[in-house]
Amino acid sequence: MSRRRERAVLALLLAPVTLYLGVFFLVPLATIVVFSFLTPGLYGGVEWSFYHWNYGRIFGWADGITEVFEPVYLRILGRSLGFAALTVAICLVLCYPVAFWVSRLPERWRALFLFLVTLPFFSSLIVRLYAWLLILRPSGLLGEGLMALGLRSTPLELLYTPVAVVLGMVYVMIPFMFLPLFAAIDTLDRAQVEAALDLGATRTQAFLKVVLPQTLPGIAGGAVIVFIPSVGNFIVPDILGGARGLMVGNLVEQQFLAARNWPFGSALSVIIMTVVLTVLLVFVARLRARGA
Amino acid sequence: MTAQVRGLRQDGAAGMAALLEIRGARRSFATPEGGRVTALDGVDLDVGANEFVTLLGPSGCGKTTLLRAISGFEALDAGTIRLDGQDVAPLPPFRRPVNTVFQSYALFGHMSVARNVGFALEVRGVPRAERDRAVAEALEKVGLAGFGARRPAQLSGGQRQRVALARALIARPRLLLLDEPLSALDRGLRQQMQIELKTLQHGLGIAFVFVTHDQEEALTMSDRIVVMRAGRVEQTGTPREIYRRPRTRFVAEFVGETNLFETVVERIEGSQARLRTPEGLAFTAPARGLAPGARATLVLRPADFSLGAAGAGIAGRVERAVYLGQDLHLLVRPEAGGPAIRVTVRDGAAAPEPGAKVSLVHDADAAHLLEEAE
Repeated sequence: MSRRRERAVLALLLAPVTLYLGVFFLVPLATIVVFSFLTPGLYGGVEWSFYHWNYGRIFGWADGITEVFEPVYLRILGRSLGFAALTVAICLVLCYPVAFWVSRLPERWRALFLFLVTLPFFSSLIVRLYAWLLILRPSGLLGEGLMALGLRSTPLELLYTPVAVVLGMVYVMIPFMFLPLFAAIDTLDRAQVEAALDLGATRTQAFLKVVLPQTLPGIAGGAVIVFIPSVGNFIVPDILGGARGLMVGNLVEQQFLAARNWPFGSALSVIIMTVVLTVLLVFVARLRARGA
Repeated sequence: MTAQVRGLRQDGAAGMAALLEIRGARRSFATPEGGRVTALDGVDLDVGANEFVTLLGPSGCGKTTLLRAISGFEALDAGTIRLDGQDVAPLPPFRRPVNTVFQSYALFGHMSVARNVGFALEVRGVPRAERDRAVAEALEKVGLAGFGARRPAQLSGGQRQRVALARALIARPRLLLLDEPLSALDRGLRQQMQIELKTLQHGLGIAFVFVTHDQEEALTMSDRIVVMRAGRVEQTGTPREIYRRPRTRFVAEFVGETNLFETVVERIEGSQARLRTPEGLAFTAPARGLAPGARATLVLRPADFSLGAAGAGIAGRVERAVYLGQDLHLLVRPEAGGPAIRVTVRDGAAAPEPGAKVSLVHDADAAHLLEEAE
């Protein structure tokens, strides 16, 4: 095949996905960025004039007349990042040993276990979160159970707390952490662990010097895949969170739907994207530096 | 019955305690089907301080399990392993003064060659400068000076093999275990490494326990070969003893090409016994306490035969001739019947073609009788 023909075929094959992403991903993204600098309309919608107070409300420049600086937005953004980081950490600690265990199971049991990990995807997220609601509420399974066992004398106040939000997010995100971790751990050469022990490394040294560095790509993959949707998550805090568990995703949702302030909702979205992108770039750069 | 191995006495190092002493080693594993398979069934083994011992046997004979028991990756169900007289059972792998060259090499893919080689020193907290010096020296010794900065993935199979060797030797173990380390190399490189390994072992003055299923490798390198079968030691001896004086049919067939004949002793003539097979083939072998009428299994290697004048020895017809350069492998079917005989002769102008009639004579001094009655 000639070089020109090769290119033509390649262009033809790449055209559909390029078109699709261009229309349905880049255009909405650009719209949001543009909207975040427009004036909110009086009854929803936008007015086409430049307006920087959307960001002023969040970051602290405000004239006090058109818009007022409200530090609560930064607090909620910080809380969202914290919740997401905590979710990543808990998922990692829970999944790492399990991935090791599963990778050592006989083929038959492994396949079953991997199927079980993906089982939640077969039912609606909303339904599963309502099930959590039933478990976490004071008269729910957990509260009643602990009281029945005599471990608590008063009902457990878990629902509508930050703890409930993180619990729920960990639950939702576990498969996303588990699968990349498992892929990395499963391909680990066990003979290398034996070689390390044979050469005099203690179990801890073998783990830190041989196992951990070689499973780092899996850890990184899992962390990224869990972190991104966690920062902007609004369903889990919506159902389990209450006022103290409110996350930045809920703010965006409120601005677009309830308050009908699209420019402000857009500004919040742009900030989430910027923060996530920055965290990612720093993370990847660090990983690259380590690998080199 | 377990075969007792008194290697040091055989090798003339009597009076010195063995470096490695294994007594009554037993180990069985559960199979997925719910049964149990015995990997070690009462193995005794002594290895001297500067000895090259090869564990030879087919896959599943227990040789790798024995190696892993020495390095500490398998526990024994029964029996003891002593290193320098000390029972190593309570020691985890990283506390044993033993290092291993793994079959897959198991090099750390995320580390440079230099860090791989220096790993044993790194985990012991040896200072950087001292470590670098030792690594450079070790790489020099295996002919890889200047390769320290590379990654294992950038090396050829033979080079990886040398890195694995340098890495296992840097902590100066008393005993080096090698688990089929040459099996991944091509033939030429394997033969070169065999000689290098033997030279290295001799120069370092440490003991090697080498596991292989390749009898040629075992014959080439070993001071002593331990032939294993189904979890037991079948025979122990120098390569020559194993090849020339196999005790059992299994050893005779596993080590080198061989011809086995079921014979009955016809008569004894001085120091020689006249033997005859059921088909009527006649052989002569050293008498060694045989009585007329006794049954004996005769071992004759292909090179113990030669082509005689017509009418002498065993008459037969060449079924197949394989040209191997200097040598010619013949498969000769005796006219009297019975299994075909393998014969190796020097190639020359008189080399027989398939279908040719030949007569085979054998070297009576080379003829060997198995110990076991069959």
